[in-house]
Amino acid sequence: MSTVAETTTGERSSARRSEKKAGLSDRTRGERRLGWKLAGPAFIVMLLVTFYPIAYALYLSLFNYRLTDPAARKFVWFQNYITSLSDPLFWKATGITAFITIVTLIVELIFGMAIAMVMNKIVLPRKTLRTVVLIPYSIITVVSAFSWLYAFKFDTGFFNHWLHFLSFGAFDPTYNWFGGTWSSLTIICLSEIWKTTPFMSLLLLAGLAQVDRSMEEAAEVDGASWWQRQVKVVFPSMKAAIMVAVVFRALDAFRIYDNPFIMTGGANNTNTLSMLVGQTTVSQAEIGMGSALAVLLFVFVLIIAAGLVRLFKVDLTGGNK
Amino acid sequence: MSSIELKNIVKKYGDGFPAVNDVSLNIADGEFMILVGPSGCGKSTLLRMVVGLEDITSGELDINGKRVNDLAPRDRNLAMVFQNYALYPHLTVFENIAFPLRLAKGKHSDNEIKEKVNTAADMLELREHLERKPANLSGGQRQRVAMGRAIVREADAFLFDEPLSNLDAKLRGQMRTEIARMQRRLGVTTLYVTHDQTEAMTLGDRVAVLKKGILQQCASPRELYEQPINLFVAGFIGSPPMNFLPARVEGNTLKMPIADVELTGELAEKVKGKNAVIVGLRPEHIKDASLGDNISHGVPFKAVVDVTEWLGNEQYAYIPFDSDPSLQGTLEELDRDLDGEGMRTQMVVNLDSRSRVREGQEADLVFDPSFMHVFDPESGDCLTRDDDRAAEIARDNEEQRKAALERAKSRESNAASQSAEPRQAS
Amino acid sequence: METNKTKWGLAGASVPIMLWTLIPIVWIVATSLKSTTALADQQQNVFGNFWPKSISWDNYSLIFTGGAKDLFVPALWHSIVVCLVATLISVVLATFCAYAIARLDFPGKKAILITALTVSFFPVIAMVTPLFNLWRILHLFDTLPGLIIPYITLTLPLSIWILSAFFQQIPWEMEQAAQVDGASSWQAFVKVVAPLAAPGVFTTAIIAFFTAWNDFVFSSNLTAARAQTVPAALNSFTGASQFTQPTGAICAAAVVVTIPVVILVLLFQRRIVAGLTSGAVKG
Repeated sequence: MSTVAETTTGERSSARRSEKKAGLSDRTRGERRLGWKLAGPAFIVMLLVTFYPIAYALYLSLFNYRLTDPAARKFVWFQNYITSLSDPLFWKATGITAFITIVTLIVELIFGMAIAMVMNKIVLPRKTLRTVVLIPYSIITVVSAFSWLYAFKFDTGFFNHWLHFLSFGAFDPTYNWFGGTWSSLTIICLSEIWKTTPFMSLLLLAGLAQVDRSMEEAAEVDGASWWQRQVKVVFPSMKAAIMVAVVFRALDAFRIYDNPFIMTGGANNTNTLSMLVGQTTVSQAEIGMGSALAVLLFVFVLIIAAGLVRLFKVDLTGGNK
Repeated sequence: MSSIELKNIVKKYGDGFPAVNDVSLNIADGEFMILVGPSGCGKSTLLRMVVGLEDITSGELDINGKRVNDLAPRDRNLAMVFQNYALYPHLTVFENIAFPLRLAKGKHSDNEIKEKVNTAADMLELREHLERKPANLSGGQRQRVAMGRAIVREADAFLFDEPLSNLDAKLRGQMRTEIARMQRRLGVTTLYVTHDQTEAMTLGDRVAVLKKGILQQCASPRELYEQPINLFVAGFIGSPPMNFLPARVEGNTLKMPIADVELTGELAEKVKGKNAVIVGLRPEHIKDASLGDNISHGVPFKAVVDVTEWLGNEQYAYIPFDSDPSLQGTLEELDRDLDGEGMRTQMVVNLDSRSRVREGQEADLVFDPSFMHVFDPESGDCLTRDDDRAAEIARDNEEQRKAALERAKSRESNAASQSAEPRQAS
Repeated sequence: METNKTKWGLAGASVPIMLWTLIPIVWIVATSLKSTTALADQQQNVFGNFWPKSISWDNYSLIFTGGAKDLFVPALWHSIVVCLVATLISVVLATFCAYAIARLDFPGKKAILITALTVSFFPVIAMVTPLFNLWRILHLFDTLPGLIIPYITLTLPLSIWILSAFFQQIPWEMEQAAQVDGASSWQAFVKVVAPLAAPGVFTTAIIAFFTAWNDFVFSSNLTAARAQTVPAALNSFTGASQFTQPTGAICAAAVVVTIPVVILVLLFQRRIVAGLTSGAVKG
């Protein structure tokens, strides 16, 4: 690359720039080209199917738009958001969603950790246990929801009978679990816990397996009790695993839909945010309002994600340097 | 025939720090060149730039006189042995060695590939392992497979990136001679990176010593040992390392912690005007006077021995001394540059195994001042370096290298004709 | 003996864990084996209405040959086709993408990662609304492609995630060695990286298949009858008359769709665990 002596400064600097570009070796240039060739298709597919809905939902959320009456579509600014945020139904659904998220998260963390600890140390039915624990993960959520629904129904179920038997007849076998908010929520949470604890304990097990045995032994020699060893040595060493498990589960739980949809269909004040979005858009065909609700749900999830990531200082792109 | 020429090679990373700074090297056809230096000196980066795995920030890299800066690794026709061998775990030993041949589609027939792989396997004694997977091989065998992959490529040059560092001490010694034998036999230009100065000294036709990305000296092992250009090279080459003693200049006398030395002639001129210098003394140049070895003009001195290590064929004695505060900084920095631990200042003496010197004893020692290296503490330059002598060593070394290459070639052709004859006869 | 005590203690602790895990599964099987009368009458069951006294295959014949046949059998086919196609496309795309992210240096890498992250956090129910609208315009509503496309997006971020972790476990030098041996970047990928990553790709495929197989939201909102998959079909089962619940049929269908997946899990237990945890838990 030769530059003529009379070129102006601008030309020269652009020449230098192109020289710098040309200065990339074949390897670097090839790498860049290949990088986009390989990653491009996946990226474009993701963009097409998701950024469009996000943008479209944002756009539609500013309209009063009913699918059954498209002609009456009207731009209403933030009216949908104002309506939603001042609607007690919306806040009730948010409260229920938050309740389910928090309860399942806490129970699953304790259960998951206990199961992970047993799986980590167990010798005898080691393989069987690890396989059996994984089974609920493979069950379709809808199926698990039906299973729990039928188990607790007083006419088809067995649970009331078992409780009746175990409490020596004190428990009424015709008790209707799906008759009230709290009892319904109990079953929803139980079924959710049953279905997703395996995932939690697997993540925690992976974390446990990474904890250096000798560290625990050193603590034991130093005179730490079992509980002290867990709290002071084991848990801190598997902090990353705990954080990741909590973040993933929290985000997933906050979007809960299938379970309450099958079990109660939102009756007895068990509507979750996801269900509210579904009802508004699909059953009521209120596209504008539904989009606003969807955007609000997305914002909540982003806030939770950002909050947890900041709280735990997790690098979610972990390992990708 | 292939030569590699590095012209003012610079490597800068994102932060602008030059990992390799203005290195120029000329590797002749068939030469075994070593890149050596402490960790972080840029030797691996330099090697990776030659093979094309790192971009060259500025400077020119020529292979056989052709600029290859912008060529992808596969177009440079070089073969490389990696530190952890980088064997493909899903392929058998045979397929691992055949891999480069299979990549050049249509160039080699199946029979050709088989023949080439078998020849290489014979040379490396891998014949019975060809159908095994790398995971089932020992460290030394893996190492040989990696070399086999390089051999079949018939590359212009071999590049080694610390190939022996994952082996245990005994195997390392064996593989070292194996590599040397193979290089001579094939007469292939070789660039070899190591941090181990023993490997550097035993394998290299020439050794390039790097420090913080800057080339210090590139010369034959003997020249590096006898005529080091500066403090760093002197301290890096040799095991146990050269002792560095602070010395005050008083007129024509060098006052060292252990003894005083009268200077004459040229050296006296050179140190004139300096307050202090650093004196380098190799451990083997200090002798036990009580054994009666006759050293003419030897400087005798007495010193209390702190620790001794008796190894059977030789004996090390450690003698602590007080450092000169004015030179302490220079010596500490040198120690850091050499990956030292900043331990106490002590002198190592390599004594004859007959010596009866023991811990805590005051020993009668003697050294020949003509073996002394004197360094300028500011620049680190060696004041005692004899350029004429160095040139002589270099000439001698080059002749010997060519002669060795010739001998290897004639031996090879002899062997080939001998093995060909009976086949024709039968 | 301290160790012996822990050993038995742990074995004992594993019993309630396994019971808790297995009872709902056994329960679903038990329900599917109950006849319509047994479902309504506790006297025909044992263990507190848990297991039927006499096993009936009525529910299974109902879903395969009886009244629910037209709903269940097509749904099963839809599920299989949609999930397999979506998994295949998604894993192929993700393999390339994850390789590029884990291995190559190119501008825009971060943007891809952030996109994948946002997508995986995006509530699926929030995607349904605009997609539902768009699919009507594009005539994709209630078609198989109309379900395959969202499933690809649903499984892509997860697959990219898991595969990136797998690719990072493959030593870098392997590819560099291939390049020095004369391979182009593409050849290095095909001949060295891909074979080494094959177990990872396989694991990812299983997990992606689960995710798609499990989906209810897309299926129940983006399809009506012609492309409905099993989870949505289960929900639209109706009883023989308006007053009978389709309990038995649903459970029979659930058993049918669950068995292959459970077998898959049992066979590839070790790999699935590795796949689920490798991406997430890192220093």
